[in-house]
Amino acid sequence: MVIAERSTDISLMAHLMRRAGFGAARDELERRARVGYEATVDELLSPGQANYMAEDIIHRYHVDVLESRFLEAAASNWMYRLATTDRPMEEKIALFWHGIFATGYAKLNQARSVLNQIDMFRRLGLGRFDDLLSELARDPAMIIWLDNQDNHNGSINENWGRELLELFSMGIGNYSEDDIKEASRAFTGWTLGNAEYMAIRSQKDSIWPYSRISWHFGYRDWDHDDGEKTFLGETGNFNGDDIVEIICKQPATAQFIARHIYDFFVADEAPVPQWPYTPPRDPEAVEYLANVYFESDHNIGEMLRACFNSDFFKDAQFERVKCPAELVVGTLRQSGAITRPSDTAMEAAKVAGFMGQSLLAPPSVEGWHEGVEWINSGSIVERVNFASKHMSNVENPGVRAIIDRLDSMNGGHFSPEALVDACLDVVGPLEVEDSTRDSLAQAVGREGDISLRDRAPGDDTEARVGQLLGLIAATREFQLT
Amino acid sequence: MAGSSNGNSKSLVVIQLSGGNDALNTIVPFEEGVYYDNRPSVRYEPEEVLPLENGYGLNPNMAPIKELWDEGNVAIVNGIGYENPNRSHFRSMDIWHTAEPDKVGSEGWLGRVIRDMDPKGENVLTGINFGRGLPRSLACPGVQVASVGDLETYGLFPDIKDEWLRKYALEAFSMMYGAPGKDNVMEFLGQTGTGALAGADILRTAPEQYQSNVEYASDNFSQKMRSIAQVLTADLGTRIFYTDQGSYDTHAGEMIVHTQLVSELSAGIQCFMDDLKEHGKEDDAVVLVFSEFGRRIKDNGSGTDHGAGGVAMLIGNSVNGGMYGEYPSLKEEDQIEGDMKSNNDFRSTYSTILEQWLDLEARPIVNGNFEQFDMIRR
Repeated sequence: MVIAERSTDISLMAHLMRRAGFGAARDELERRARVGYEATVDELLSPGQANYMAEDIIHRYHVDVLESRFLEAAASNWMYRLATTDRPMEEKIALFWHGIFATGYAKLNQARSVLNQIDMFRRLGLGRFDDLLSELARDPAMIIWLDNQDNHNGSINENWGRELLELFSMGIGNYSEDDIKEASRAFTGWTLGNAEYMAIRSQKDSIWPYSRISWHFGYRDWDHDDGEKTFLGETGNFNGDDIVEIICKQPATAQFIARHIYDFFVADEAPVPQWPYTPPRDPEAVEYLANVYFESDHNIGEMLRACFNSDFFKDAQFERVKCPAELVVGTLRQSGAITRPSDTAMEAAKVAGFMGQSLLAPPSVEGWHEGVEWINSGSIVERVNFASKHMSNVENPGVRAIIDRLDSMNGGHFSPEALVDACLDVVGPLEVEDSTRDSLAQAVGREGDISLRDRAPGDDTEARVGQLLGLIAATREFQLT
Repeated sequence: MAGSSNGNSKSLVVIQLSGGNDALNTIVPFEEGVYYDNRPSVRYEPEEVLPLENGYGLNPNMAPIKELWDEGNVAIVNGIGYENPNRSHFRSMDIWHTAEPDKVGSEGWLGRVIRDMDPKGENVLTGINFGRGLPRSLACPGVQVASVGDLETYGLFPDIKDEWLRKYALEAFSMMYGAPGKDNVMEFLGQTGTGALAGADILRTAPEQYQSNVEYASDNFSQKMRSIAQVLTADLGTRIFYTDQGSYDTHAGEMIVHTQLVSELSAGIQCFMDDLKEHGKEDDAVVLVFSEFGRRIKDNGSGTDHGAGGVAMLIGNSVNGGMYGEYPSLKEEDQIEGDMKSNNDFRSTYSTILEQWLDLEARPIVNGNFEQFDMIRR
């Protein structure tokens, strides 16, 4: 049995890369392990220019993906980026905020505006929470999603004010109904800058629902309620940014964001609506992250640095159910199924939807129901079929790389059990229950030992390895991260 | 396997016409000049339509539905919709799916139905969607719904072409998911995977034991109706069948596209009804046909744009045929922003089906009390 040196380092790096990104191939894990764990955390969190499949290349094959007028095209646009970027942390933090500030295409009819919001999460998602919330309040997709264009001086619409407090920052039970009204007053006049223009277009253009032009933010002084407001015990002529500033100093906000980070990056928590009544899975960890929030002046990236370097993070391997985006993107990245523009990105975006997570179209402002709620009899079929299809395809470059690596181990000669162990190690390293390992060995062992030495691309020997990799992608353990 | 907790074994087949079906060209008001004034291009002449009653006639391409109407088995709900119409496909469809017009809901009305029918989730096949993914109407926490893209190949590992290799893979899956799990999550994954496998195994028996003299057309919709008939006649305890057809989003070229769609729709439903009769199941199922909205009263020269009030149909041997709701006035002063104004909430139709057909309490499922129609024969 040959396992790479320092396999615990590799396992830990694999864990980090699954959580801070969408997994990494074995070569990359080894390269990063040589650099070191903390240095890798720093590298992931440092700003930089992302490389991903160039949009002009995609555009040559899929005009629609670049224009992103339809939801499917916009979701594929993001899927290309998810599958090919060299800065996965940026995409992971965008996915994190997309799940919390859940804005859906359904009410907007403009996929571009949700994509713009995702881009904003990339830019600000690892920075100061105050800056992120301020920009969110100006985000056109969010304004329409929560009706802030209907929030007027003298006639407030509370939708944004309420969700800002309940779902986006403090959590229920930490503010009063009056606080919601006062916050809403402070956000009057925060609206769309080109609503009238867009309305005229919509009357003249029957393809309005797929409009090509984006909305933008506009502040209307004359529609802003400049009167005195009392919010969370403070009194003043507050405007929206003052409200954000007050929210961001609250201990409840620190707790709420810390718990979300724990839930998304460390281990599945109880569903969010139960948080007021259910203590955190690891109260000390949440407290620790909440302290970092204040010590770092509300910096999300610093909270993640502390998180990734903590023991509670390192000890939480495979403690979460992969969300569909993680399963789909992880499979695409590991198998290398997207190397050039093809239908695979659109298929992947669609299939993530079949699994219950239509990117850019969360079911409601409460986001998706996560954890074990991702799993049902329909979604498990889609998960298994998608992952095993791509992982068993020996033409995929990522799968070829796995086979080549196996060939370099053990003289390329394996008993069924040894092949199973080697594949589990290279694919993960994935820890499986004995019953899983036995089933895999039995499935691959029908034709006895296997020698990779005299194989030819795509021959029966390679196909056998492909089948095993496909079955590994079908295991219960593969559903976890 | 058949039957369910409330002792009722009747089924509901829901056909979603995606994209916004043109109600005006489905039930044509062929005696109204204002229809012809507004529809210079996208219209049917009086002599073409299939007259129903009181100056309203069926689209000429829906002869099979006319036959069912003549037998008294088609209830037509005119002017169906909800207040403050939303002309976004997605949002409006969400509203129909969640029965929540005023806020963004996440639980589907049929998901709640399945939960009420089978509260312990004993039958993984109580509700089946024929199509991939889970329409929001069927989504509900804790409710298992199979989504069948293609009944012939449904299940795990459809991409493994070699029959033996697929069998080995399924065996391995069965062993892996059947083994005890080390914690609740692994245990749940095991149960769900095992349930999905069992559901697929049971579903696979449906085409095998199905025999019928009915010949469905080869189009996608007809084939899905055939799959529904295969499962329904196999007595697997399935009570909610769901499928969709489209796209009815006929902004352009409506006379060609809509014609093909309603032709396929009508033929598929007729075959399904014949099939039920051949199997002695004609009293066991009703079919609900709905769309997220109707279309603009005025045509745009080639098609029609998104509208408001629409039309739904309830079809079956147990249906009290006739017209329900009111056909909306087309007069300019009665329009709502150029569209037909709805006069009956879609949740009235839902409530009728729930209480009179499925014996369920409608209020918690549709979020309120709504007047019911007398659409089900007693």
